[in-house]
Amino acid sequence: MHIVVCIKQVPDSAQIRVHPVSNTIMRQGVPAIVNPYDLFALEEALRLKDRYGGRVTVLCMGPSQADAALRKALSFGADEAILLSDRAFAGSDTLATSYALAAAIQRIREDMPVDLVFAGKQTIDGDTAQVGPGIAKRLNLQLLTYVAKIDALDLERKEILIHRRAEGGVQVLRTSLPCLITVLEGINEMRFATMDDMFRAARYPLKVWDKAAAGIADLSKVGLKGSPTVVAKVFAPQPKARKAERIEAHGDAPKDLAATLLTKLFTHHPQLERHISERAS
Amino acid sequence: MTEIPAKKTATGRRKVELDPRLAAYKGVWVFVEHERGVTHPVSWELLGEARKLADQLGVEVGALVLGAPGPAIRRACDDTFCYGADVCYLIEDPVLANYRNEPYTKGLTHLVDKYQPEIVLLGATTLGRDLGGSIATTLATGLTADCTELTIDPENRSLAATRPTFGGSLLCTIQTLNYRPQMATVRPRVMLSPERGSPRTGRIIEETLGMIEESIITKVLEYIPDERQDQAQLAYADIIVSGGRGLKRPENFQLIWDLAEVLGAEVGATRPLIQAGWVTADRQVGQTGKTVRPKLYIAAGISGAIQHRVGMESSDVIIAINEDPNAPIFDFATYGIVGNAMQILPAMTEVFRQHVATAKRAG
Repeated sequence: MHIVVCIKQVPDSAQIRVHPVSNTIMRQGVPAIVNPYDLFALEEALRLKDRYGGRVTVLCMGPSQADAALRKALSFGADEAILLSDRAFAGSDTLATSYALAAAIQRIREDMPVDLVFAGKQTIDGDTAQVGPGIAKRLNLQLLTYVAKIDALDLERKEILIHRRAEGGVQVLRTSLPCLITVLEGINEMRFATMDDMFRAARYPLKVWDKAAAGIADLSKVGLKGSPTVVAKVFAPQPKARKAERIEAHGDAPKDLAATLLTKLFTHHPQLERHISERAS
Repeated sequence: MTEIPAKKTATGRRKVELDPRLAAYKGVWVFVEHERGVTHPVSWELLGEARKLADQLGVEVGALVLGAPGPAIRRACDDTFCYGADVCYLIEDPVLANYRNEPYTKGLTHLVDKYQPEIVLLGATTLGRDLGGSIATTLATGLTADCTELTIDPENRSLAATRPTFGGSLLCTIQTLNYRPQMATVRPRVMLSPERGSPRTGRIIEETLGMIEESIITKVLEYIPDERQDQAQLAYADIIVSGGRGLKRPENFQLIWDLAEVLGAEVGATRPLIQAGWVTADRQVGQTGKTVRPKLYIAAGISGAIQHRVGMESSDVIIAINEDPNAPIFDFATYGIVGNAMQILPAMTEVFRQHVATAKRAG
């Protein structure tokens, strides 16, 4: 069994701050991490490898410093790591990104057939969730997104059974391999990296593929040229100015504050009082 | 996702070099999410937006309805005319009874290729996000996800789609200038639902799918609806009590549940609490969680950072409880209490409980 896991190196968006004067992102000191959702995908692939044997190849499209993300993936037990990196890819939107990644996976497939492609639900910098579906389409793979659980895998019949999170419920789906799966956060708990794997990761001779190595000849499909979407402007959100009315009470005892709040709330918003009285247990 | 350019000059207007064949694409379409006889309310929210965009462009609003044959889907078509559609494109087929990527992608791309809309909108639900990426790739066009604002650029009649980036720290406006259709997804509750009106004169155009079940590789074996208690119904809740890191310890989150019970409210939380495992991910309110528009939002121990704020700032009334008088949440809440949430919450629970009991006795 051969699984390809797509990962991305992203800035830790929870730590991103906007410069109050210039309205630009302050990148200094914001660590680059493996997209957290991708780690769930990697762990799921490694669990399948534990169970069924085979190989896990990790693929990452990014600048040269993204090699750190790949080494992190190797430290958890991935077998092979490929960095897809070329100046021509700069400025890629999701369509151009899926084109490049699909080309690379096609190359990988030529050397060793691929049974499953895994990706995280979305990235924490782009948050689009579009690249996984794009790769599936381009490689003609069945697409399974928001997978909450992999129930069964039959490598002989080339079938997989999964639970997929839908609105208001869960779909139980069965499909054929090869397919592309994006997993939900919380599907598993990441393993600890072993000392052996950490050493191996540090020494590993990463494959770095440029556009030629990935078999990409049509440059109109990558980078800025291959991106239908363009960023017209970037700006900081304008906070609405509406300062809160402070609830105060003599002595600031919690009971008094709560009582004052209730009175204010129901006086100014009688419809809320009706609503609560009707619905409350 | 396009990189944020380093130099300011790298952004800005690009030239529109739209192929005349693509420039002839007309109409603003909405994918109506209809499954098992029920239409997802995000469909009406999008139709409302589509109506505004179409009126600015002077074009028609098209609603796309796909699903199993029957009275429910016909009702859905009629409903679209009450929410702003001029034309409803309908594909009825048993194969469409439950959502699957392959037949829905085929049906929608067929409709787009035949009727050529300039804009297509989908709800950013699990279905819409699964479908949107597939369609955009098939059509080789631009798709902008999770938009919070959609306007028409008066200079070139293109869609200008604004969305948060980097987890909500910044906003960016994105355009698909030289490809058609311009696609966008919008999360539920981000746009206001229009009032259901009396139906416009609408016409239904029926198309066939042209697929047989045997040829579709993915099979839906079962659909298991959520137990109401298990999954949060946050997006459409009227009252939400929500907790953040100011609660300090997981046991304190029980105070949120207690107040919610007295108020008949749903429970929400900020992203750090979900990541720490205090509550399930379906309760996350914020940029990468749910957008909510309740009548009342009570935020306890929540600082009001932008990533959370964008998910709840459209609430009618916001009550904020925080120890820090300088917490950003006090800049946009309706009422604020500076205090210890661990004391204020139980006091509120008690006070509301007494009020409801009194009202019940009186009534």
